[in-house]
Amino acid sequence: MSRFIWMRLLQAIPVLLAVITFTFFLIRFAPGGPFDQEKAVIPEVKRALEAQYHLDQPLLVQYGTYLKDLAHGDLGPSFKYPGRSVNELIASGLPATMELGLYALLIAVVLGMAAGLMAALYPNTWRDYLPMSAAMTGICMPMLLLGPLLVLVFGIWLEWVPVSGWGDVPGDKILPSLTLGSAYAAYVARLTRGGVLEVMSQDYIRTARAKGLPERVVIFKHALRGGLIPVVAYLGPAFAGLLSGSFVVETVFQIPGLGRFFVQAAFNRDYTMILGTTTFLAALIIIFNLLSDVLAAWLNPRVRGALEGKA
Amino acid sequence: MLAACVWLAACSGGRDRVTEGDATGVLHFGNGTEPQGIDPHAVTGIPEWHILGTLFEGLVTLDPVTLDPVPGMADKWEVSEDGLTYRFHIREDAKWSDGRPLTAEDFHWSWWRALQPALGNEYSYMLFPLKNAEAYLTGKITDFDQVGVHVIDPHTLQVELNAPTPYFLQLMAHHSTFPVPRHVIEKFGVPTDKFTKWTRVGNFVGNGPFKLVGWKLNKFLRVERNPAYWDAAHVRLNAIVFYPTENSVTEERMFRSGQLHRTEEVPIDKIPGWRDNHPDQIRLNVYEGTYYYMINVKRPGLSDVRVRKALNMAIDRKTLTETVLKGVQVPAYAMTPPGTIGYEPPKLFDFDPEGARKLLAEAGYPDGKGMPPIELLYNTLESHRKIAVALQQMWKKNLNIDVAMVNQEWKVFLNTRQNKDFTLARQGWIGDYVDPNTFMDLWITDGGNNNTNWSNKEFDDLILRRIPAMKTRAERLAGFYKAETILMEEVPVIPIYTYVTKHLVRSSVKGMPPNLLDYYAFKDIYLEPEK
Repeated sequence: MSRFIWMRLLQAIPVLLAVITFTFFLIRFAPGGPFDQEKAVIPEVKRALEAQYHLDQPLLVQYGTYLKDLAHGDLGPSFKYPGRSVNELIASGLPATMELGLYALLIAVVLGMAAGLMAALYPNTWRDYLPMSAAMTGICMPMLLLGPLLVLVFGIWLEWVPVSGWGDVPGDKILPSLTLGSAYAAYVARLTRGGVLEVMSQDYIRTARAKGLPERVVIFKHALRGGLIPVVAYLGPAFAGLLSGSFVVETVFQIPGLGRFFVQAAFNRDYTMILGTTTFLAALIIIFNLLSDVLAAWLNPRVRGALEGKA
Repeated sequence: MLAACVWLAACSGGRDRVTEGDATGVLHFGNGTEPQGIDPHAVTGIPEWHILGTLFEGLVTLDPVTLDPVPGMADKWEVSEDGLTYRFHIREDAKWSDGRPLTAEDFHWSWWRALQPALGNEYSYMLFPLKNAEAYLTGKITDFDQVGVHVIDPHTLQVELNAPTPYFLQLMAHHSTFPVPRHVIEKFGVPTDKFTKWTRVGNFVGNGPFKLVGWKLNKFLRVERNPAYWDAAHVRLNAIVFYPTENSVTEERMFRSGQLHRTEEVPIDKIPGWRDNHPDQIRLNVYEGTYYYMINVKRPGLSDVRVRKALNMAIDRKTLTETVLKGVQVPAYAMTPPGTIGYEPPKLFDFDPEGARKLLAEAGYPDGKGMPPIELLYNTLESHRKIAVALQQMWKKNLNIDVAMVNQEWKVFLNTRQNKDFTLARQGWIGDYVDPNTFMDLWITDGGNNNTNWSNKEFDDLILRRIPAMKTRAERLAGFYKAETILMEEVPVIPIYTYVTKHLVRSSVKGMPPNLLDYYAFKDIYLEPEK
């Protein structure tokens, strides 16, 4: 098992390097630079600014310097916020984004699994159609619409929860988590339904029932465990997606997270910030994919056996 | 889930930041974006300008009603007869927020830093009226003693200018000329290094009515009353909290739920509602800025001034501002906003489709026939698109000219415009100070912001030589009127509207009068709880 993990981590290095290289050169070929703005900058000043960020050196030298600094864990200074390092900016945004992602994931798993299970246990009845059409709506509804809609109903009409902020007032974390989590909950619901339905027709379920096990045990111990494998495989990329895709929710709800930096960096041509956040998120995606693979392996006896046999 | 919502809602009741702020003297200020920083020599934006106005003070400050200079760090000053020499007397009780005395030497050193070529100070040009300042920044001279700023004694600063500059004192109230604390900056690194930690909470020292006490990225920046400030007794607020409010829809919602005293913006679609229901809380005021299209006068067809005039006259600005812009902005017929230090720009044309068609025919394009293709370039934003569509339709209807619309992402757009690779391109210009000069010196031949290829010898001569030598205000304004008449007769630019600032302000906020610069004298602001 540990050999499997080590191999995967080693494979991650060339992937990360490719991401960094591709991003580094791609953003440099985009027209417009970090110091372009509505009022033209005096040429001497622009040259000085470029020198401060070593943009006056050949591109390959800059690339080499960047990789060298990166190996020391230094993501460089930000262009947009002089005096701040990219490390510092990521560190400042990460806690809120992580927390938001975690709550959203929790909502996605709890709501999604409950709905999916109910649908799978009563296929083709209203208890199937209702959660599944809700899930379809959830998948289709963009966060940009869902967020303000939830705010309108629960924040402004009913006045149950605050309309913006993060950790300022009790309850202000509810709406953003719900907004971000709902689309993922919908996917989880569909995956759970599909997975459980498939498992329910397997021989071992029939065996379990034939043994006279109570239906509760059949469902929660046997059916759910097998039926959840696709869900677990989805959770890794989903969490990475939650972290990198929280931009809309962070903007709508005024949350000091990483997503806002990530998107604005591209608009600002903040080269180091784009590279830093991209690299960081790529690393996160690799790690979470690995984690979900390990978890899925643990849930699936066949794969687990194969892995342990190797180790 | 629902139960949890209800329970949390029960706990969250009764906490309204604004009501609490009214009682404790804390102003909650929606500030647009996260500040780039608070080093006066490293930032250029409006949000930074607001914050720096609380943390620092220049030689003078501005009266928020008249925008006339009033004493700041200098309690008095004398101007020589020829308007070329200013002598500032730094007040005896001027202090940094750490208690250290602030002297003329601090200003001298700060301007030395502001003009260091290696610093890369984008606002360094604000000091260019100083003798030899531009030559020093561009490396033509290297001896700073030749630059027009000298310390006579610890409380006297003498400044020499290139030419009499009537708006010079206004510049002394702008953050690009503020003093910065040498003793702190040098403790954390070399003066030309922008990447040191001197501006962090705990390290930072300023000289303004407030001092920095808290700063959480993308969340808030908090300043509190500075007891070392010379006029501390006059400061009425206990604290100001600046919030980065990028999304104006969210900001408006925060205002409605009592989390902000003041917003940086109001979404244009929400303005009619506020105007109808809460006219006391919405503030729309003319701003020192113009929205316009530049014409590339080297392009075929547009090289003919009659065609440029026809395009200009075929735009119904009144309808445009009333419908597309919801009656918020003011139609513009010249570059300089009306009312700039009492200056009224010339109005040489009006909406005149008949006259426009005639001019187009004279130029050889009757009913738009044979007109070379025109592209209208703007940066991707819904509000710009709406205006571009309206212009496109007006030109089609009134001149029978087909104009193609091209939108580009912001930085790509800036690049294209700078390279003069356009026929018509959008621009917005916000004046740095209140004087027609900030709208006129844009258009000198090969000026850094003049991307039109337009050049006029008489205009250059007026702006660069004759007006700077003029003695009285009336004479100067007449000079600008003449220059602007040349500009609007040659039409390298199509003015569309004069900007209007849009803020929501709670009625508890007092001492915050509107002005052309949207300038705030933070020490004058106070809160009176709403009844």
